[in-house]
Amino acid sequence: MSIETENNLAVDCRGVTKTYDTGGTKVTALRGIDLTVKHGELMMLVGPSGCGKTTLISVVAGILDRDGGECTVFGRDFQKMRPGERTRFRGENIGFVFQAFNLLPTLTAAENVAVPMLINGSSRVEALDRAGEALSRVGLGDRLHSLPKQLSGGQQQRVAIARALVHSPRLIVCDEPTSALDHETGHRVMELMREVAVGPDRALVIVTHDSRIFEFADRIAKMDDGRIVEVTEKVRDFVEN
Amino acid sequence: MNWVALKMLTGDRAKYLGIIMGLTFASLLITQQLAIFIGLMSRTYGAITDLAQPDVWVMDPKVQFIDDIKPLQDTVLYRVRGIEGVEWAVPLYKGLLKARLDNGNFQTCNVLGLDDATLIGGPPEMVVGKLADLRRADAVIVDENGANGKLAHIDSDLEGNPKPGAVAVPLKVGDALELNDHRAIVVGICRSSRTFQSQPIVYTTYSRATLFAPKERKLLSFVLVKTDRAVDPTCVAQRIEQTTHLAAYTRENFKKKTFMYFMKYTGIPINFGIAVVLGFIVGTAIAGQTFHSFTLENLKHFGALKAMGAGNWMLLRMILLQSLLVGIIGYGLGVGAATLFGYFTQKSELAFLLPWQLLIFTAGAVVMICVLSALVSIRKVMALEPAIVFKS
Repeated sequence: MSIETENNLAVDCRGVTKTYDTGGTKVTALRGIDLTVKHGELMMLVGPSGCGKTTLISVVAGILDRDGGECTVFGRDFQKMRPGERTRFRGENIGFVFQAFNLLPTLTAAENVAVPMLINGSSRVEALDRAGEALSRVGLGDRLHSLPKQLSGGQQQRVAIARALVHSPRLIVCDEPTSALDHETGHRVMELMREVAVGPDRALVIVTHDSRIFEFADRIAKMDDGRIVEVTEKVRDFVEN
Repeated sequence: MNWVALKMLTGDRAKYLGIIMGLTFASLLITQQLAIFIGLMSRTYGAITDLAQPDVWVMDPKVQFIDDIKPLQDTVLYRVRGIEGVEWAVPLYKGLLKARLDNGNFQTCNVLGLDDATLIGGPPEMVVGKLADLRRADAVIVDENGANGKLAHIDSDLEGNPKPGAVAVPLKVGDALELNDHRAIVVGICRSSRTFQSQPIVYTTYSRATLFAPKERKLLSFVLVKTDRAVDPTCVAQRIEQTTHLAAYTRENFKKKTFMYFMKYTGIPINFGIAVVLGFIVGTAIAGQTFHSFTLENLKHFGALKAMGAGNWMLLRMILLQSLLVGIIGYGLGVGAATLFGYFTQKSELAFLLPWQLLIFTAGAVVMICVLSALVSIRKVMALEPAIVFKS
């Protein structure tokens, strides 16, 4: 039995620190973060701008190196992997949903969704098949051949969610997934995320400012000045406070 | 990921066409300028190419190229004939003589005087008449370009300027020419390589050429030698040099000597070299700048691909593939346009020669431009932190 299954943790960060050197000025973004995310959990990171939320998910997703502390994802520490292995592990196990969607403008919806499959070595036909299925799950089965500019903001975010899910990653990290959407569309997107992205073998970490979507979280970690200052287990209490 | 790379590139029409335009321009300019340069340089030794029979050319040691005539004594011919390994040796007169045109103008002609007995050294192809007609009185054979061009009849005013609307009538068999105040009758029209200075070429016999030429003590320009089949022409050339203290070059070496003279003592290579280097630099600048701007615009997407698990090698392959595609298209269009240029100007005075080696050279230059352009992009993408995707 693996460690991750033993302690039921998808993400386990202890004392994580990160300092940026911006032209001689040192800015400390993370000051000893302790964070755990369980399997099947939707964890939200909230807090004011510049509190370190984005830095934390970048470290968790293995696209940014921490300076200190320990951080494992499904029992594996990105910083102990060789570059190639790290890239492969990230490609296979982590899905991304970006604030600005980051869809390639010259690819159709299906082709955009197929990209993670292609990166992981699938054939074009297989990747496009799976992309079609993923788009159907998010309700865009009829927009496979549409270019991003032909889709609304909500539809583009659904394409981005389909792209994050297509290769069945075990951890999905989202950066402000609803900030570019109106209230109703944001709500629908979150319902969709809960429905398709959370499962017993998966975990979801969402960075957000949008208090309207807090109700979808299992736990909410509130950050301030590079620290987690509060973790709310009962989200209803957090929403009411 | 190959088709993702290609769709990324071709989807941005303006940049895609901009890069191709830069490469097409570079490829066209490099091919066209070098083809003209090669064509022009090949004209410098065109007379040596046309005289296919002799293996060795004997001349004064001070001669630097084919048109740099330093006449020899007629007795040299007999000395050369007596050297071991020489199958036959014939005299050749080569000089620039003035032809008086019927409108009163003068035209300098390249006169070649061939051995009276054998007519060795005649034009490679006769268009009208035959070489043996040179044995007739006052006979000359004129090259097609000269007959249709600079020696053609044209109605002119008293000052020798062509009358408005006057049409040039090509020189034909039976027409008379005045060469250095001597009457000459055209008995044939031939096809031969254009000369470097594009002067008409006039063939006649050696004895008649020396009559046409201004009186000098020595009039023999070259001795043309055919070597025994069993003997290496280079050895015979050395033997001639040792025996006569003259210069003797094999055909290829004389071509090379002439070519090198023009390379060394004229501004031609520099002028064409500048055009070629400019083509390379402008092509690199346009393609590189556009490719760089394409990469900058897509940096966030490359970052997203990196975050999603695309390694540096995968992105490197994508960029190189993009570069290869525009390279092939730009090269094809440029070389195609240069070939069309050559095709449409083949009947003009313009020298244009497109050997296969030049196509390879241009391909190499285009590959270099693509690599240089791609390098700028590759550096950016390699150094890219995938965390950029979370920066708004």
